[in-house]
Amino acid sequence: MKNTGKKRFIGVFTAAMLSAALLAGCSSGDAQPAETNSSTQQTQQTQATVSTDGSTSMEKVIGYLSEAYIEENKDTKVTYNPTGSGAGIQAVSEGRCDIGLSSRDLKEDEAKTLDATVIAIDGIAVVVNPANTAEDLSVEQIAKIYTGEISNWKDAGGSDGAVVVIGREAASGTRDGFESITKTKDKCKYNQELTSTGDVIQTVASNPNAIGYASLAAVKDTVKVLKVDGVAPSKETVQDGTYKIQRDFVMVTKKGEKLSDDAQKFFDFATGKSADALIEKAGAIPVVR
Amino acid sequence: MKNGLKLGAKLVERIMGGIFTLCGFAAVLFVAVITVFLFVSGIPAIGEIGLGDFLLCTVWSPTSANPQYGILPFITASVMGTAGAIIIGVPIGLMCAVYISKFAPKKLRGVLREAVSLLSGIPSVVYGLVGMIIIVPAVRTVFGLPDGANLFSAIIVLSIMILPSVISVSETAINAVPHEFEEGSLALGATKTETVFKISVPAAKSGILASVVLGIGRAIGEAMAVMMVSGNVANMPKLFGSVRFLTTAVASEMSYSSGLQRKALFSIALVLFIFILIINFVLNFVIKRKKD
Repeated sequence: MKNTGKKRFIGVFTAAMLSAALLAGCSSGDAQPAETNSSTQQTQQTQATVSTDGSTSMEKVIGYLSEAYIEENKDTKVTYNPTGSGAGIQAVSEGRCDIGLSSRDLKEDEAKTLDATVIAIDGIAVVVNPANTAEDLSVEQIAKIYTGEISNWKDAGGSDGAVVVIGREAASGTRDGFESITKTKDKCKYNQELTSTGDVIQTVASNPNAIGYASLAAVKDTVKVLKVDGVAPSKETVQDGTYKIQRDFVMVTKKGEKLSDDAQKFFDFATGKSADALIEKAGAIPVVR
Repeated sequence: MKNGLKLGAKLVERIMGGIFTLCGFAAVLFVAVITVFLFVSGIPAIGEIGLGDFLLCTVWSPTSANPQYGILPFITASVMGTAGAIIIGVPIGLMCAVYISKFAPKKLRGVLREAVSLLSGIPSVVYGLVGMIIIVPAVRTVFGLPDGANLFSAIIVLSIMILPSVISVSETAINAVPHEFEEGSLALGATKTETVFKISVPAAKSGILASVVLGIGRAIGEAMAVMMVSGNVANMPKLFGSVRFLTTAVASEMSYSSGLQRKALFSIALVLFIFILIINFVLNFVIKRKKD
């Protein structure tokens, strides 16, 4: 019984081999070199990987960049691990990824062993309802509004009405950026903590006394963008630094250590001119080179 | 030959029996796994924080420099939200059930039942969306508040969400009341309204009670819809203040939490699970009493 089974198996196997050979014979000629070519490329594809790790706020920027990069370099894979700026910086310093991503500048002790390259700037717009008469707030006033020290719009250039403070959930990169620039970390008294930029815009648009913050690129006509210290946020004012509520998107690499060829190629791509359009598409503002 | 057929049939029977038994125990298995998982992952954080601090401290700030893990705001918000939904939703649901069962013309009855079952099929995120765009601004203007995203808006949304279970279970209970009871009442000269409220509803009491418990279960476990209308800030609840519930506390922080914060979220889920267990025991008790 066992023996016949084995025999049958061998028979089937040889038949399969023969037909495979026949098929290969069919496809010989012009098609064959192309085929071997693509198969070697495929093996490369699984090998060349550029790993990035860090800031969750940079998800969109990295997404657009890596997508476009992979389109051009089909043999490379770009991975992104959204762990947060601190974790990303740590990962690159421990060599667990090629490029660390951070939405804050490096601290002094971090800068000793790491290099930071700004690839984009994120402008955070402070928005109010279109019916609000406030036009211009200082960073200090904004901080006071968010900590509850100013609780009525008449103390901030608006008409009488209790301020409704809208913010993002504790993990939001925008919240982190906003709170660290206005120095209101852990001191904000929110009326609402919403989980997306769209929710913030929607809520501010529907409440005449609300104030919120959102990435500049996400702002729509349904809300009014405030000037900060007399400067309206725009691509130009963010780039020249006159608009205060902004932060850098940084790629972090190890000092004095060469990136792998693939990682270096992606790095050059992300910091090159051709990346600008992609960065703008992703809602951030490219740096002036 | 005949014997062999019989043997084959027996074998199939055996195998199918095994498969059925396996499927039958699937539910038990899942419940057991979830229970064990919640207790195993929920207990350590409670031990670390301290049961008293965890349940009775009023400050939840896991990401601040000096983290605090008090879930009393979530517990009270969940209890108040559920209680409010029951207070508003049950009378409306009960009246609706009475209307469908006793007063509605036959044709309308079908339409109403259809509408109720449709209401129960609407995804909770849709309730949340409608609440966010209609109820929140409406609450703001009606009560003259600076902001409409508060406990009250959540209560309104929850009361609408519990309606289907309250209506359908109560209606079944009222329909099950023997006709003789009502006919006797009517024969004695009581009006239809008197009959319904003095005879039918009291006779269907335990069924209606079951519908209320079911409503409580639905309200306390809801996350998505209330997250969108309650403001989602971890305050001690006020009727017109922004609140966060047990469910939304887990949902809004789970994606990024780590360390003790993550463990504490499992503990919150455990507390919620215990609430649900209690509600289920009450429900079983109510149904059992009904049978006796």
